Amino acid sequence: MIIIENLQKGFGEVEVLKDISATFHPGKTSLIIGQSGSGKTVFLKSLIGLHTPEEGTISFDGRINTKFSEKEKQQWRQEIGMVFQGSALFDSQTVEDNVMFPLKMLTNQSHAEMLGRVNFVLDRVNLENSNKKLPAELSGGMQKRVAIARAIVMNPKYLFCDEPNSGLDPQTAIVIDKLIQEITEEYKITTVINTHDMNSVMEIGEKIVFLKDGKKAWEGSSEEIFKTDNEAVVDFVYSSNLFKKVREAYLSGKK
Amino acid sequence: MNYLEHIGKYFIMLRRVFRRPQRSKVFYEALLKEIEDLGLKSLGIIMFISFFIGGVIALQTALNLDSPFIPDSLIGFAAKRSIILEFAPTFCSIILAGKVGSYITSSIGTMRVTEQIDALEVMGINSLNHLVLPKILATIFFYPFLISLGMFLGIFGGWVSGILSGLFSGADYIEGIQTDFNSFLLIYAIIKTLIFAFLIATVPSYHGYYVKGGSIAVGKASTQAVVWTTILIVISNYFLTQMLLT
Repeated sequence: MIIIENLQKGFGEVEVLKDISATFHPGKTSLIIGQSGSGKTVFLKSLIGLHTPEEGTISFDGRINTKFSEKEKQQWRQEIGMVFQGSALFDSQTVEDNVMFPLKMLTNQSHAEMLGRVNFVLDRVNLENSNKKLPAELSGGMQKRVAIARAIVMNPKYLFCDEPNSGLDPQTAIVIDKLIQEITEEYKITTVINTHDMNSVMEIGEKIVFLKDGKKAWEGSSEEIFKTDNEAVVDFVYSSNLFKKVREAYLSGKK
Repeated sequence: MNYLEHIGKYFIMLRRVFRRPQRSKVFYEALLKEIEDLGLKSLGIIMFISFFIGGVIALQTALNLDSPFIPDSLIGFAAKRSIILEFAPTFCSIILAGKVGSYITSSIGTMRVTEQIDALEVMGINSLNHLVLPKILATIFFYPFLISLGMFLGIFGGWVSGILSGLFSGADYIEGIQTDFNSFLLIYAIIKTLIFAFLIATVPSYHGYYVKGGSIAVGKASTQAVVWTTILIVISNYFLTQMLLT
């Protein structure tokens, strides 16, 4: 479980995150939503330790990450899987080498053991027979799957995804969403996803945190998001005509 | 950011670079790859330029020393001294700063803007140690060989130019090469090469690692890296010459 209390982060004069508190549970897919520039990426990067918060605490199953020693930090990092927005695959390495890289660097497994694990996770993300391909030879959706495979190869306790659907067609985006949700439930991972894709909210959002101007403006489930009267959420969610119609249909069905 | 801040950040970077590699096997593989990318792939340009510049140095010396009171062997002597003392270590290092420096900055800079460096850090890997240390060791180990080859080919180019032009005889040139041979000058050239190799690996790495923005920022960083590496090579060349030869 990840518990965030009164998180604050700024860059120079600019205050980006303002007093955010939230809790994310194991086996659940939690979504951070908000407009571009609302602080989602800074929030996620603060969670994974790429930014150091100025105020507040982030606790991972009772361990506060800002108080880790070097050794504890190293150990904690091995419990984290991260899927970056642009996949962040090492472009000079094959798919197999990309996925095997954390195992090579952080474990003492033999090559056969590592290869077995790599093949297992590649199968899990439905990417058989792509081991020897370079990232440039893959489609955007396949690159995202490789990134997910690399993120879960170390059996992480916490999985973070920064806009995993960006640049993907709606069909592939749903496949990626479902894959992340299945993995989360199967391995009881605490998963936090940054997104502004409302399809993801409807498909996999078990818990949603809405950020606006660096503040937590709303928190709830994907069902509650259709009932809320929170102005900021309504403005964000129903900016598209499609969702306006979905809401109207939902509310008329209720009546 | 002012210059002092950059200098401080550069040394903080070096402190993180010089750590024990997390996996010696992975480090060894990376080192071999860097020797190939930064060293072996520069062999052609260094051989080509050294041979022709050596030839030009010998020709220019011969054309400017046409007094009957000056022996022709002085051409070989002057060419040897120019090539060993300055052309091979300094001129070749400036060429390498352009070729290798821009490669290092753009490759590390691209990793930065595509979040590959963040991915390494999230995995718990010291990205500076993983990316920069193999480059430093590859240049420090390989460039003395590369520069020595440059010296040999430069002197050989001078001999070939004499034979082809007929301005001086091969025998006079060889006599000049053998005259007043001072092995310390070779040591001086190697010391300079080692320091220049360190600069060629670290200054562009610094510019690439701390780049912010997108592809244009990476391009600007590459240019800055080449300019600053060249400036630092020239400045350190002056001080090394004063320290070692006066």
